[in-house]
Amino acid sequence: MDLGISALNYVNGIKNNEFTVEEFISESLDHIKQVDEKLHAFLRINDSAIKNAKEIDAKIKSNQNVGRCYGMPISVKDNICIEGSKTTCASKVLENFIAPYTSTVVSKLHSEDVIIIGKTNMDEFAMGISTEFSAYGPSKNPWNTDYVPGGSSGGSGVSVSANECVASLGSDTGGSIRNPASFCSVVGLKPTYGLVSRYGLVSYANSIEQIGPMTKTVEDSAFLLNMIYGIDPNDNTTIDSKNQDYLSNIDAGINGKKIGIVTEMTNSDGLSADVLDANNDAIKTFEKLGANCEQVSLQMVPYTVAAYYTITSTEAGSNLARYDNVRYGYELDSSGFEFNSYISQARSKLGPEVIRRMILGGFVPSAGHAGKYFLKALKVKSKLINEINHVFEKFDFLISPTVPIQPFKFGEKINDPVSFMMIDFNTVTANLTGIPAISVPYKITNGLPIGIQIMSNRLEEHSLLQAAYALEKTVDLPEVPV
Amino acid sequence: MTKIGIEIHCQLTKLESKLFCPCKADYREFEPNTNICPICMGIPGSLPLLNKSAVEKATLIAMALDCRTPDKIAFFRKNYFYPDLPKNFQITQLNVYGNTSIGWEGKISVGDKEIRIRRIQLEEDPGRLIYEGATEKTKLTLVDYNRAGTPLVEIVTEPDFETPHQVREFLNILSDLLENLNVSDPGLEGAMRADANVSIEGDSKVEIKNIGSFHDLEKAVHFEITRQQSLAERKIEIIQETRHWDDGRKITVSARTKEEEAEYRYHLEADIPWVRINDDTKNQLKVHMPESISSKKERYISKYDITPQVADILASDRYFSELFEKANNETNAKDIANIITTDIMGLLDTREKREKSKLDAKHLSDLVEYIRSNKITRSSAKLALDEIIKSGNPLSQIIEDLDLGHVSDEGTLSDIITQILNEEAKAVEDAKQNPEIVNFLVGKVMQKTRGKADPELTLALLKKNLGID
Repeated sequence: MDLGISALNYVNGIKNNEFTVEEFISESLDHIKQVDEKLHAFLRINDSAIKNAKEIDAKIKSNQNVGRCYGMPISVKDNICIEGSKTTCASKVLENFIAPYTSTVVSKLHSEDVIIIGKTNMDEFAMGISTEFSAYGPSKNPWNTDYVPGGSSGGSGVSVSANECVASLGSDTGGSIRNPASFCSVVGLKPTYGLVSRYGLVSYANSIEQIGPMTKTVEDSAFLLNMIYGIDPNDNTTIDSKNQDYLSNIDAGINGKKIGIVTEMTNSDGLSADVLDANNDAIKTFEKLGANCEQVSLQMVPYTVAAYYTITSTEAGSNLARYDNVRYGYELDSSGFEFNSYISQARSKLGPEVIRRMILGGFVPSAGHAGKYFLKALKVKSKLINEINHVFEKFDFLISPTVPIQPFKFGEKINDPVSFMMIDFNTVTANLTGIPAISVPYKITNGLPIGIQIMSNRLEEHSLLQAAYALEKTVDLPEVPV
Repeated sequence: MTKIGIEIHCQLTKLESKLFCPCKADYREFEPNTNICPICMGIPGSLPLLNKSAVEKATLIAMALDCRTPDKIAFFRKNYFYPDLPKNFQITQLNVYGNTSIGWEGKISVGDKEIRIRRIQLEEDPGRLIYEGATEKTKLTLVDYNRAGTPLVEIVTEPDFETPHQVREFLNILSDLLENLNVSDPGLEGAMRADANVSIEGDSKVEIKNIGSFHDLEKAVHFEITRQQSLAERKIEIIQETRHWDDGRKITVSARTKEEEAEYRYHLEADIPWVRINDDTKNQLKVHMPESISSKKERYISKYDITPQVADILASDRYFSELFEKANNETNAKDIANIITTDIMGLLDTREKREKSKLDAKHLSDLVEYIRSNKITRSSAKLALDEIIKSGNPLSQIIEDLDLGHVSDEGTLSDIITQILNEEAKAVEDAKQNPEIVNFLVGKVMQKTRGKADPELTLALLKKNLGID
């Protein structure tokens, strides 16, 4: 059985009786057992997966209504809540936290007969780009296990890339879906802010983050998006997308479309020559497909990383303040502590990157410093939004490398926080402006993947997926060496 | 000159649910920590869902206080650590980056004085700490989150008060106004709380917090003025600080100075999109706004010829003015108003008594009708009211049950009078000399009939018996 098949082919396989749900799930579980000790994509495996598979098989056999997923195994990042099971955010602070309710995205997929095969590893509270900040140890890149898989949805990227599941749900605050998608050579989509409900996603920087699919093909991303988008009464920030079928006409092509090559993202200091090569190649491909590509400048881009870290730290400082070990948490005897010192003690279980951002988040929006930092960051954000609005009057899409560099080795960058942050250079623009962005696997250079990022205007996922599909169809990548 | 400003927190107790979740807005009947859900407990992944009715009720308050109201409102996070705050931030409003709170720049008349309202904002109430030793059972300090997320309206005045008495008067007027708007029940324990800031001529402002009741607020402000004056007389510097009201010792004590002021790291609450309040909504609210107390009072005076004093008392109280409006049928208004203000307000002087009361408007209009047509005396009416409130039975039945009907039968009255005249031989003799004494004898008859005797008939019969005209 080919565990590497796409979601759409999985569904066809079931429909054509090529295999049963139970057969596919049990083989997937065996494969996970074999490879995950090394890759560590998963923090937990769903014990009831086989039971769920049998139930769906029974439904299929007896010709009952079956959801669009037909028991397809997907993995879910461990910051998305599922009732009755642990949601740790890869943090010691939530080591024993059992969610009392299910997130909207998982509810929607459950009603389509998906099987959640396990919860995936990540950087603690989604802060990082390598999974090195997981409190439970990093995940490994299946293309070369000496290298990081990207982050923060690194476990999700690995699980799809290594064929441990058909697809995955990640979350993207500043590139956390697209970065590991690029590093692991899978498709990763960050939808328009508000298109997908965040109900049940543990907040890190709630003004800019979204849940999105990580899949083997562009079509699969469209397929998953069809099932998870929409207005949610449990999330006041969800917006009406005027009901779309993202799979329809996905092969429409991009003939005559205008694509802007973001100058600032293609000549930045940190950009590697190999990555630039791949990007130039992709531009040529697009032109061959009939698109018009031209340089476009977004002058705010050089300030976006600073603005991003200022805004996200401020929000994180607020969103993570609840982990005070008062209402839930872990054993910590309170005797001998005054209230504030107890809180400090409780919070000392947070990892180094989270603590760094908590400290930053306590400083940048504070009364004496907000004008110099937080308010300035908001100004960058609003100017960037103006630029983006302006650019999309002329262009249909923007293109750039997803990440300025290829995967790096474990430990290589962890002691240099600023260079770490600069890796987000190309991805944070989509978050700060709320526009959708997708990373498409484009090349394997020196045995490691390179992804291309395409961005579109708000709620233009339909045409964005068409562009991504067109690019995807031109590439032929080697099999992952797992 | 002494300057006093007030900050009022008023719960919107008339709402069904909390500000951001479906839990009950009125938490008072619940066992500790049972009126809670993932949202008000700040469970990871939960999101606040704005209660739109709360926005409307709060806007109503802003309009009633003559405030300017915005086209859109925004919410902000006020970040601080405290055990009663589940998320360790409070969702509130802020006017620093443009006016986006429920209202600002309002005013209200207190006697001849106009008090300016600086701003009104909508926010969530935190939970409650039950301190160690609060009751015999409380061996530890415990937290009850039932209150967490209750819709709260904060009203901040300019420092326009000069005396503690003005403050008290303002709070009474405001409390009546909020009750009249049907947004809150200020009588509920903890539904309306107030802090004060006090400064005397040219000196630093001192905030007083933790004041349990309006009565204590008046006392606390009085204490604080005296404290500051005595410091000033001895040329001791008055420092800008926050002081707590110590209820036991009836004094204010220093809580924190300006250097220790908390840092709230305000920023926009992105989980709640900006809420547009368009002119249509505002007009709708205006149309449906309950009549104001002052206009009600004017109407009572001009339409029903009720004295200004009675009209004021009636109009200021939502419960009694509603009863009045329902019971009066244009012709009996004055009598209804008098029975309410002289009898019923005394009988139903607490919230609990009002809630238990079975009295309705029909009882009241019947009662006036019975008194007018001489079927019952004014004093029997009082006994009947007592019973109506208890049982809610129809007036006719109560009169029968308690035998309160008028004794206007000449035969029966004559028998009673003969008896009295025998018993009171001396008064009978005196009455022949001094006709005033007849009233004493009337009183005796009333006593015997428990107030039911027809007073005019009794007097006539007595005079006839005594041979005086």
